[in-house]
Amino acid sequence: MATTTKQFRIKGMHCASCVLTIEQALKKVQGIEGAGVNLANETATITYDPEQVKDEHLLSAVANVGYAALISEEIQTEDEEQKEKHRELKALRVKVVASLFLGGLILWGSFPGLMNSAPELLKNFWTELILAAPVQFWAGLGFYKASISALKHRTANMDTLVAIGTTVAFGYSAFVTVFPGIIERIGVEAAPYFDVATIIIGLILLGRYFEAKAKAGTSEAIKKLIGLQAKTARVVRDGKEIDISISEVEIGDIVRVRPGEKIPVDGVIIDGSSAVDESMVTGESIPVLKASGDTVIGATINKTGTFIFRAEKVGSDTMLAQIIKLVQEAQGSKAPIQRLADLVSSYFVPVVIMLGFITFAVWYDFGPEPAFLFAMLNTVAVLIIACPCAMGLATPTAIMVGTGKGAEHGILIKDAESLETAHKVNVVIFDKTGTLTRGEPEVTDVISFIESKEPEVQADILQIAASIENLSEHPLAKTIVEKASQDKVPLLNVSKFEAIAGHGVKGFMVGLAALLGRQSSHPIDAAIQKEAGELNAEKPEIKEFKAEPGFGLSGKVTEHLVLLGNFRLMESHEVAVTNEARDKIHELQGEGKTAMLLALSKEVIGAIAVADTIKDTAGLAVQALTNLGVETVMITGDNERTAKAIAKKAGIQRVLAEVLPDQKEAEVRKIQLDGKVVAMVGDGINDAPALAAADVGIAMGTGTDVAIEAADITLINKDLRSVVSAIILSKKTMRTIRQNLFWAFAYNVILIPVAMGALYPFFGLLLNPIYASVAMATSSVSVVLNSLLLKKKGWDPVKVL
Amino acid sequence: MDKIIVTASALLGMALTYWFFLMKKEAAVAVAKSDFSGSSIDIVVSGGYSPQAVSIQKGKTTTLNFTRRDENSCLEEVIIPDFRVRKYLPLNQKVAIELKPEKAGEFKFSCGMNMFHGKIVVK
Repeated sequence: MATTTKQFRIKGMHCASCVLTIEQALKKVQGIEGAGVNLANETATITYDPEQVKDEHLLSAVANVGYAALISEEIQTEDEEQKEKHRELKALRVKVVASLFLGGLILWGSFPGLMNSAPELLKNFWTELILAAPVQFWAGLGFYKASISALKHRTANMDTLVAIGTTVAFGYSAFVTVFPGIIERIGVEAAPYFDVATIIIGLILLGRYFEAKAKAGTSEAIKKLIGLQAKTARVVRDGKEIDISISEVEIGDIVRVRPGEKIPVDGVIIDGSSAVDESMVTGESIPVLKASGDTVIGATINKTGTFIFRAEKVGSDTMLAQIIKLVQEAQGSKAPIQRLADLVSSYFVPVVIMLGFITFAVWYDFGPEPAFLFAMLNTVAVLIIACPCAMGLATPTAIMVGTGKGAEHGILIKDAESLETAHKVNVVIFDKTGTLTRGEPEVTDVISFIESKEPEVQADILQIAASIENLSEHPLAKTIVEKASQDKVPLLNVSKFEAIAGHGVKGFMVGLAALLGRQSSHPIDAAIQKEAGELNAEKPEIKEFKAEPGFGLSGKVTEHLVLLGNFRLMESHEVAVTNEARDKIHELQGEGKTAMLLALSKEVIGAIAVADTIKDTAGLAVQALTNLGVETVMITGDNERTAKAIAKKAGIQRVLAEVLPDQKEAEVRKIQLDGKVVAMVGDGINDAPALAAADVGIAMGTGTDVAIEAADITLINKDLRSVVSAIILSKKTMRTIRQNLFWAFAYNVILIPVAMGALYPFFGLLLNPIYASVAMATSSVSVVLNSLLLKKKGWDPVKVL
Repeated sequence: MDKIIVTASALLGMALTYWFFLMKKEAAVAVAKSDFSGSSIDIVVSGGYSPQAVSIQKGKTTTLNFTRRDENSCLEEVIIPDFRVRKYLPLNQKVAIELKPEKAGEFKFSCGMNMFHGKIVVK
């Protein structure tokens, strides 16, 4: 027998005796040879025969002693939940069928009009009592149990109302059956109401059945997400490829993925390339080409090629696990709109019981004869028709469907409050770089202001700029360095590098003048070049160079201040900018390019222009927002000209330019002061304070890092149209919630008085308790169904164009 | 005469209902117990939550162990909105929910339909 070991987490341990209990429980499972439980890190390690022992055995062994084994974390609990729900539904179905069948028979034998065709046996009160008793005390047992345990806590709920209502009807009927004489003596016809009690129980259980089924639909999105998870991974270990369970994959494992397979965990491709369908996670429908060095996301599907990748994130750290956690958390949060419903439902049931007393007394005192029967039936109707469930379900079911629907389309909503606020947004501020634009800019112009216009000099400008930018982390820096590497321009050494946020960069270099053709060609240069070589400068500048005929040459290698940045950087370092340079920069900016001045030793020698292309979806998103009546604003550190040129391309009217990164938050607050509800869209990393300051912070996800901390909404698909989708989703969800709440309130406010007999004095209209139970069962089901309709509703941003 | 009895009984019934359901005393606060493995408290879910109010410490991870003994589907989920927790409670199984409160105060929890309530007091 080949044994293997396995480790998994145990939940719910809190004392040393738990260790023993779990160990013993595990050892009893056939096929487990040894089991050890560690209390400190809450894990169990077992040695077992994988042929005999399956995960289910472990789960049930641990669950039987009151703990939970997390063999593959959340996934199992969901399965278990589904199984239990399934069991519950099945049991409920049996009760519904039985009680409606028995109730139907009683109805046949007792309902005026119907009873003529019924066999004599069914008309017998004793037969009816025998048929009704199992419905009351077996099918209806749940109502009693729930009421009694609630009463112990001095609370009451729906079950309390149903239990009281049906018990009154059943109790009276049983009394009439056993002691018909007493009833007749007080002048009331001895007729039981077993049909009322049984049919009410049957219909309310039927309502619960539909409600449970519909409610399962509200959490479908989570189940779908969990189902995306791959089950196994093909890992290369000790030179061999083995298939292991997903839970056993470790960080650093080398995993092979073949065409058509699911990528098991998050990682980076180290060899091979392929097209990957990421739609299930990002909502992006077009497969993405991935090659060596690219990140892959677990649960996405490899389409065409074979590749191997290194696992970087496993278990609960994967992007999918984070998404699931986020959606679950959002579904556990509460929307502010729910507060009123919460307040009402906390007083609801006791108030209805009091209304029941009033109904009975008023009908008994002032009602027509037989007053007692009217009083009783109307009281039962009041108790049965009251439906606190619809109020309780109105908001959460819509939130669950809304957040789940969002997740399916790559829109992750942090909590119900964010979803609620998003529908009020009337200003959307877009960060420029990386949000409106691709964030992959290109070098468009390299300009030299010094006399020599030789191409080499241009290369020198690029070389100096790239050398200094090589040390910078700014997104534009990478572009300039890449351009240098494309042009095969070698980089120089830079010392004392400093990045000045919002202005540019500065540093010191040696050997720059040489690049610019200002030095002697005298052979003695060689000696100085050597000195420069020791200082790591490729071509040295010779400072204090003197060529005095007959006396030779003198000079030394020195450092030069290099500045690359905007006008403000030049000003702050007292560098004079010539008119020629100023005009050129303005011209470039007018074209939407980001232009930077290059100064060497306090003299402007050149300029580099970089342009970032605008995302294809930007224009559509802005147009759709405008159609929705939402104002769009662009915020950027760029100067006004460049910013306006980009904004114009996207169709954005209002531009906040030259805003330093730490001022973005203040700008957001300024707009909020005008009474606007602001959504800020950024990358979630550099704009974190601005995202947090906005009413709704929307982060465009980057790779596998779901930047959720500062953001209320995260768009994993990086598609700007999702900003519109998120707002539309919020509007639709809120509309559904309002409809639900209106319906739930209106239902109770209108029908409780009707059940009390408010219409009787005018129209002679009374509500049969059976119809009351139909109404009550329909009301909570209809609320859940209305929430489910959200799934069907289209919120494609293209539709608002 | 019977009308007077019925009216008086109804009034008495209303008063009793009001007193029984709406005038109950604040539930006693149970304090989470701590041992070497951390801080935890067991909450039994049956017709409500026992204990109904629990006290836990700020900045410290505390495990709330919910065990549902009530078949009533109303109680099948527990929601702690301030901690963004919505958890399904399988019947007769302990479900551990870890909380690490960052601020002091009172935080409500309830069943999925908001019919039953409990509170967490963070000190």
